Amino acid sequence: MATTDQYVVTALPAVAGMSISRVVAFFVMTTALVIAPFFVYPVFLMKALCFALFACAFNLLIGYVGLLSFGHAVFLGSAGYGAAYSAKVWGFAPELAIVFGTGVAAALGVVIGALAIRSKGIYFANITLAFAQMVYFFSLQAAFTGGEDGIQSVPRGTLLGVLNLRQTLILYFVVLAIFLVGFLLIYRAIHSPFGQVLKAIRENEPRAISLGYRAEQYKLLAFVLSATFAGLAGATKALVFQLASLTDVHWTMSGEVVLMTLLGGLGTVFGPVVGAFVVVTLENYLAQLGAWVTIVQGVIFVVCVLTFRRGIVGELGHILRKSL
Amino acid sequence: MTIFGVPTQALFGQLLIGLINGAFYAMLSLGLSVIFGLLNIINFTHGAQYMMGAFAAYFVLQWAGLGYWWALLIAPIAVGLTGIVLERTTLKRLYQLDHLYGLLLTFGFALIIQGLFRHQYGSSGLPYPMPRELGGGQNLGFMFLPNYRAWVIVFSLAVCLTTWYVIERTRLGAYLRAATENPALVQAFGINVPRMITLTYGFGVGLAGLAGVLAAPIYQVNPLMGADLIIVVFAVVVIGGLGSIMGSIVTGFGLGVVEGFTKVFYPEASNTVIFVVMVLVLLVRPTGLFGRAS
Repeated sequence: MATTDQYVVTALPAVAGMSISRVVAFFVMTTALVIAPFFVYPVFLMKALCFALFACAFNLLIGYVGLLSFGHAVFLGSAGYGAAYSAKVWGFAPELAIVFGTGVAAALGVVIGALAIRSKGIYFANITLAFAQMVYFFSLQAAFTGGEDGIQSVPRGTLLGVLNLRQTLILYFVVLAIFLVGFLLIYRAIHSPFGQVLKAIRENEPRAISLGYRAEQYKLLAFVLSATFAGLAGATKALVFQLASLTDVHWTMSGEVVLMTLLGGLGTVFGPVVGAFVVVTLENYLAQLGAWVTIVQGVIFVVCVLTFRRGIVGELGHILRKSL
Repeated sequence: MTIFGVPTQALFGQLLIGLINGAFYAMLSLGLSVIFGLLNIINFTHGAQYMMGAFAAYFVLQWAGLGYWWALLIAPIAVGLTGIVLERTTLKRLYQLDHLYGLLLTFGFALIIQGLFRHQYGSSGLPYPMPRELGGGQNLGFMFLPNYRAWVIVFSLAVCLTTWYVIERTRLGAYLRAATENPALVQAFGINVPRMITLTYGFGVGLAGLAGVLAAPIYQVNPLMGADLIIVVFAVVVIGGLGSIMGSIVTGFGLGVVEGFTKVFYPEASNTVIFVVMVLVLLVRPTGLFGRAS
């Protein structure tokens, strides 16, 4: 009986749109992000926003389909290369560069997803990691990526011919808008009939199949969506930093997004955003200390897995008895 | 003399390097397979533990003045013991949870261990001397074979085959295989399964440490020596099929050789060839070459 009740409670927001607590949380987050650039260094905030979108995209897969991808850096990095190359070499306007970069990630998502989606659990993690390493070595050797140097001094240009992105504050609000649109679209995808089917597949795949759902197609679509939004984050990041480099395709980046999502709260709506901000802040402070960044990241992983599996937002929601 | 337009000297040279790499792939993926079989955990710390083996050899030499042969005995035991502590204190608390948590936990430990070693010893390698008995080499006429490399191939093959024999052909191995199939039932027969799990993890980790000692004279001792290697080994494990002992050994050596030949005929692809093979295998057999359906 208890499980049926639970199911009804979790299904309700999907029908009625956002629950009150989430609307409040969303309002608080948006307000904070609008005020923030007047107090905090905007480039730092933009970095955190890009990673937050990246983590939300990653969370779509782990939190709602139960698939742990250990190669999500591929989509962040390839979209970055796509956007940077098209903006710098072909002279694309920023909006086209972002669309092109995102498209590259989506295309890679279709190819990798089609091959990886047939496996589950640890196999899936291993296979996505291997694909990511393949793309990493390709990026290292291919001519257009600039190898170790990456693609540097990418022009930011003028968005839609109106907004001059060379001005940091304008760029900030464009990045914020991209983040919010991405965030809401991911929310919409999760809390739609499509998202409900994904959860059903996660909980009991054979049963979902016997009910007539084509589980593989649903999972593939979720994977491509996740790749696309990760790509959107990567393309935006390339324009913000005017750089696309190997760091964004390396497996350590794939590990970082796992860390952000785990720390914030797997399968929570706001967790990835909180996790991304915490991790980016930590890295900012620890950057001078070299190897300590890795050590601290490792410690967070261990602590989260052993004692803090709900993550920050999950734990907060548990205390408030609200799902955030 | 040339074969397919490639001088035999180069061909056999790369074949040898391929076999050496294959020996490490085989030993590492064997350890991963053994651990996965019983614990259902992909041990992400494996690369760091391989590195710890090399460092253990270095410490044994620096602090105790004991050379390679002692290191070959002490390092795997020491690394295996650290693995046992890790399993007893942390990993065992995750067995009731989703297996992915095991992956995340061991990934965290890999970051910590590699970070600590890098903090202490930097990213450049520390030299480790070749054992005097294995210096020099043999001139085989068509190529020069350094003694130490021949030793690595022969020794690791022996270790792999012994492990295979113990698991597949002895009573102890039968218990192990039974516990892999159904731990609850084996425990009901009065066998201490939790202890067996601990020792298995220790053994798998010890194998990684042993591989580290073997690697030390060839690749030097470097905090990050296992970081990228482990990802290749993961691909090897996926190709061979998780949990298959003989599969790990055969695919390990086989892929080393494939990689070696790729360096001769198409060097640009030598880094990626194993991943390409992985994709092809997955298309044909999603459970790997030697794997059973999960």
